Formats: sequence, structure tokens, C-alpha cells
Amino acid sequence: MSTTRHRPAVDADELRRRVRELLDAHPPATTDRLDFLRARFDAGLAWVHYPAGLGGLDAPRSLQAVVDAELAAAGAPDNDPRRIGIGLGMAAPTILGFGTDEQRERLLRPLWTGEEVWCQLFSEPGAGSDLAALATRAVRDGDDWVVDGQKVWTSSAHLARWAILIARTDPDQPKHRGISYFICDMTDPGVEVRPLRQITGEAEFNEVFLTGVRIPDSRRLGEIGEGWRVAQTTLMNERVAIGGGRVPREGGMIGLVADTWRERPELRTHDLHQRLLRLWVESEAARLAGERLRQQLAVGQPGPEGSAMKLAFARLNQQISALEVELLGEEGLLYDDWTLRRPELVDFTGREAGYRYLRAKGNSIEGGTSEVLLNIIAERVLGLPPEPRTDKDVPWKDLPR
Amino acid sequence: MSTADLLYSEAEDDLRAAVRSLLTDRCPPAAVISEAESGRAYDVALWRALGAEMGTAGLLVPDKLGGQGATAREAAVVMEELGRAVAPVPYLTSAVLAAATLLGCDTDQEAVARLLGAVAEGRTVGALAVPLSTVAVVPGGGSGAPAATVRADGDSTLSGQVSGVAGAAGADLLLVPATGADGYGLYAVETAETSVTVEPLTSLDLTRPLAAVTLTGAPARRLAGPGRAEAAIGRALLTGAGLLASEQLGVAEWCLTETVRHTKERHQFGRPIGSFQALKHRMAALWLELVSARATARYAADALATDSPDAAVAVAVAQAHCAEVAVHAAEECVQLHGGIGMTWEHPAHLYLKRAKSDQLALGTPGRHRQALAGLVDLPAPTG
Repeated sequence: MSTTRHRPAVDADELRRRVRELLDAHPPATTDRLDFLRARFDAGLAWVHYPAGLGGLDAPRSLQAVVDAELAAAGAPDNDPRRIGIGLGMAAPTILGFGTDEQRERLLRPLWTGEEVWCQLFSEPGAGSDLAALATRAVRDGDDWVVDGQKVWTSSAHLARWAILIARTDPDQPKHRGISYFICDMTDPGVEVRPLRQITGEAEFNEVFLTGVRIPDSRRLGEIGEGWRVAQTTLMNERVAIGGGRVPREGGMIGLVADTWRERPELRTHDLHQRLLRLWVESEAARLAGERLRQQLAVGQPGPEGSAMKLAFARLNQQISALEVELLGEEGLLYDDWTLRRPELVDFTGREAGYRYLRAKGNSIEGGTSEVLLNIIAERVLGLPPEPRTDKDVPWKDLPR
Repeated sequence: MSTADLLYSEAEDDLRAAVRSLLTDRCPPAAVISEAESGRAYDVALWRALGAEMGTAGLLVPDKLGGQGATAREAAVVMEELGRAVAPVPYLTSAVLAAATLLGCDTDQEAVARLLGAVAEGRTVGALAVPLSTVAVVPGGGSGAPAATVRADGDSTLSGQVSGVAGAAGADLLLVPATGADGYGLYAVETAETSVTVEPLTSLDLTRPLAAVTLTGAPARRLAGPGRAEAAIGRALLTGAGLLASEQLGVAEWCLTETVRHTKERHQFGRPIGSFQALKHRMAALWLELVSARATARYAADALATDSPDAAVAVAVAQAHCAEVAVHAAEECVQLHGGIGMTWEHPAHLYLKRAKSDQLALGTPGRHRQALAGLVDLPAPTG
């Protein structure tokens, strides 16, 4: 553990002063929502750990909480980070890390304010957990790249203005080395978005078909053939985003089933009681582990526990929602609504137990399957040896498919 | 409950380093095995170095009463290290259970202060004469003391039996709950008296042996009467259970570390067995359990240290969770070591025995979940 800490250039008091200035100049009650958000970005109070001029002040990341709390108390509008989660959690850190000055200046502000929604074009029907096996091709044509392929599981594609995209630019290289990373304009000709209806009856996701889509080389992130390395930044930030957040006791799914238990004594059985108590303990343990992770981050000691949180919550959500369906008895045999819907947000608590049971099945698949995350923990945290790889130095075009 | 500090302070890290260094030198696995076979109740020389010289025996006791003036947070760190080493010392029984019981009595009383000072300095080894399986938290919430199985006769002699007492063998001082004409009380008894028999039992956990205590008109001094005695014992059992979670964390941590080490080195089918996904996932799953076990153990230690109103919930959660994690880790340790994990020479069995005994100690996970049902309003079905 380090005993010396860098003195931040901008401390909490300075941030509070800047928040007051922003609020004085743009009173939330009388300022248009977008105007306020733009002013907040320009004041460096969007994400304080970002560079000055790009919505931040080079302040420690942990001080963001100070700004958020002050602004929330003043009734300021927020930028709805859930709806723009992919932009904030994945695209922004990648653009910051690998983008050109022009890209950063053009893209980050409307990303943060939510004026431009982002999606990610990573997964493919043949490349999910083995993401580097992707087959979408990008072929150089003058100053452009011409992209052909199919992507899948794309949340928000039907709303998105921009996408982060990885595509194969050199099939003669082994699979991790022939990939490049692009920013794709979703309004361009050749981009077709089709809803993908899922187990819950909803279409949260999309399939995206790319046919002769022309992307200028100026919208490439990182070097040609370095796309895999760039994507690692994106994916790492995705998992941090999943692990964050502070919740009160019974703040997650366990609270819903605990309330049902309290309100409806006629549903109680001894078997369900035993299982409920076990899940209550595990939920509280996971909540405390999340809180401990947050405290570690706040003192600048990030640990690998982020992936632990994702795994824990996936398993808990599945077990708790399964228990709740059983607890409901007769009602558990019903479902609220099978109508095709296209939600902008995944609503875990607003719908009933059957929906939660089905939707939670995705928690152990999306954002890295639990099996892949267990491999990552085993190899990167515990230092266990990797499985032998048969695809490592083989050109992608020669791999069996 | 949101302000609890779940990390380790620098002072706690320093304390851990000192304890670990001592245990590495003086308490390697081979020494623990031979100590367990010696028939001695505990490793006297190790306890002198750790408890008296290093001062860990008095961590929970204020300076003015002869202790170190630390809290349950520091004691928890010591427990983690003792769990990692399955160290055969009376830390839990004397420095935690006996010291916490005495702290719950009126420390202005000369007799209480004197005994507490001796326990805190490691000069006297104390033990709370209740079965190790006694649960700290009573169903319905709050902390409770067990019913006394010993009778107080006349002024101050005790008669009766207490079974399955941890730390009684080798103890100088027994703190005995007893019922007499004045009701429930806590009494101090010296084991040197001829009317006191401490009969060692053959215990599942070789490193924390149990004993049957028989008192036949043993001279005793009453330290606390009804109400006070129950509260002191209840609080001590709660403290013991909360800190036991840290020991369980330490046990689990050793088991995972050694299993990872073994499976990286052991080759079968032409490669290290740790490269097989079926095994990797089991070890990664254990690591996940450890992450949450650490959070619950830290929360319990912090809640006890700050006398939080949430302490009973914190302890019940930590016990219900960490006890199972330790057993799971120890069972996986034996299995993933293969045949060598079944041998007497390999220390894995010491950890399995400690983990399984700890699961029963101071309340099983099931008893703690039952207590939680009352504490967090998730009542059982009626009828």
C-alpha cells in the first residue's frame, strides 16, 4: 500500500466552488436541460477525471461523487447515464485513450450530454466469447474502409448515432493481430438495424447488417491491426462500469422478494424460508464486497474484484428471481405481457417476477460470460496456466470455422 | 451502516506483518502437526511470544486495564493470520472470549480488573466455560447467554459439568456461568483447585482441543450477577463469533493459495493440472467466495469495534457466510491435492478439521441464519 498520495490539482472545495459558479450562471430551474448539460461539460464538471477542455479538470476520479452530490442537491438535470451507458462506459474511455484531438473534440461532448447515443459493434453470430474470431471485414479503398459483415446483441443500435466497431483488416495475420478499431456512423448507407426478439418477448437488442459501409480512415482508433489492444481498453472499462455503484441493504433484487415475503405471509413455506435466508446472506455479502471495492477505488487501490461483482450479481439475480417465481405460487404460472416491445432501458424492478427470472438469464452471458470471467480470474488473478491454444499463431484465414 | 471502513489500516497491515512473520518462523505446518501429536493443550512457547511479548493477548483491553487499547478490527487481523497458520494458541478462547467476558463485567471491581489485566498481559490463560457450539445470537434477535449447567452453592462454591469447552485444557482461569440462590451469575474459578477437573476430549480439530469441565464444590468468586453476567457473556459470544469469521477467512485463504500453488506445479496428462478449465473454475469460484467473505468479516469486525447497532446482523451475516466458505475451501483443498491431500503429512487435513469445527463453533450457519430471520424481519412460516 502506498503511503504517499499525490495532492490533487483540483480538490473537493475547488470543485464545490466551480459547481456553485455553474449553478449561478445557469440556474437549473430556468435553464433548458441540454443547455445546462453542455454548460456543465464546458465547466469541466462532466467527468472530473477527464482532461480540461474535454469535460474534466484532471481531478481524481473519486471526486466525481462530490460534484454529483452537489448537483443532485441543487436539482440539476442529469445526463441519464443508464441510457447512454455504452457511450460513457465503453466508447468514451477508448476515444480518450486512442482518439485524435479532432475525434475527442467532435465526439465526447454530445456523447456525454446524451445528444448522441452510442452502441458497440463487437459481437458476431460466430464470435461471442471468442471475440477475436470475428469475421466482419474492412477492406481499404483509397481514404476509406469498406465494411461488410454482421453484428449481433447490439443494444441501442436503433437509437444510436455512432458505434464503436471492430473489424478484420488482415486475414493473413493470426486472429488477434489482424483486427482494427473504427468509429461507425450509424446513419451511413449500408447500415441496417433489425430488432432481435429475445426470451422475455422484448427486443432490447438488435442485429446489425453492414453492407459496403464506407468509413473514412480518419475514423479509425489506434493503429491498423492494433484493434484488439484498443478493444481491451473498451472491455476493461465495461467491467469497471458494471462493478461500480453503491447500494443500500436489500437494494437489489433481494429487496423485492423480501418485501413480498413480509407482505404475504400466506405464501411462506419452510423450504422457501431456508432458501430466502441463504440468498439474503449472499446478497448482503455481495453488497458489502461491492462497498469494499468502492472504498478501494476511492483510496486509489483498484483490485480485480470488479469481475467478481459481475459474477456474483449474475448468479444472485438468477437464484433470487427463480425463488420469487416459486414463492408466488399460482401467480408464478402467469406472465405479465408477451407483446413485442423495444425498451430503451432494461427494467429489472419495474416488471414482475417472471420477467426478471427470464431476463436474469442474460446476466451470466452479456458483458462476458461467467465462464470466460472465471477463466480471466483464474489466469490473471490466481496466475493459473492457460489452456493450450491451437489458434495462436495460425493466420485467421486458415482457422477452421 | 454505510460508514463502516471495510479496508485495512496501515497499523493493521503492520500488525499483520508482525504476526505473520512470527508464525512463519515459529509455526510452520510441520510444527503444528507435531504439536498436535504432543498431547499438550497448546503451544506454550508460541503463545508466550505472540500473546505476551507481542501483546496480542490484550488487544481488546483498554490501556488502563493492562491491555493494548486496540479494537476488534485489530483482533480480527490477528485471527486471520492465526487461521492461515491453524496456530495452536488460545487466542480465541483467552484473548477474545475470556477477555471480552471480563470486559463486560464491572471493571471497577478489583477482582475483575486484576483478572482482566492478567489475561490481557498473557500471564493468565482464561477460558469461558460454555460449550464451543454455543450460539452468540438468540433467535428473535439480540445477544443471549446460554443457560447455566453449573450450580452455585451457598456463598461461592460451584458444582456441575460443562461439556465441550474450547481452551479449558491448559487454562489457568475458568469463567463459569452458574445459577444459585441469587440467580444467574458469572464466576471465576482457578483450574489449580483440586475440586476442578478438566478432562481433555479427543477433538475433531487437533489444534483447538475441547475438554469436559467438572466442578465438585470448587471455590469460586462471583464476578457478575443476573443481567450483567448474561449481557457480558452474550456480548463475548457475539464478539467471538464475529472474530471467528476472520479466522475462517484466514483458513480459506491458505487453502486457496496452497491449492493454486499445487495445481500449478502438479503435472498430469502432459500439463499442469491448474491449466484444466474444470479445475480453474473451481479455484476462481473460491476466490469469489473469498472476496465476499473478506467484506463480511471486515464489516463484522468494524461493527464490533464501533459498537454499531448493526453488530448483531453483521456478525450473523459474517458467520453464516464465512463458515461455509472456509469449509468449502478446505474441502476443495483436499480434493484438488488428490491423494496427497488425504495424507497425515500434508497439512490440508489440519485446515479441514479447523474449518469444519469452526463451522459448528459459536453457532452453525443455520443458527445464524435463523437469528437473522428475527433481526431483519423475515419471519418463518407459522405452523
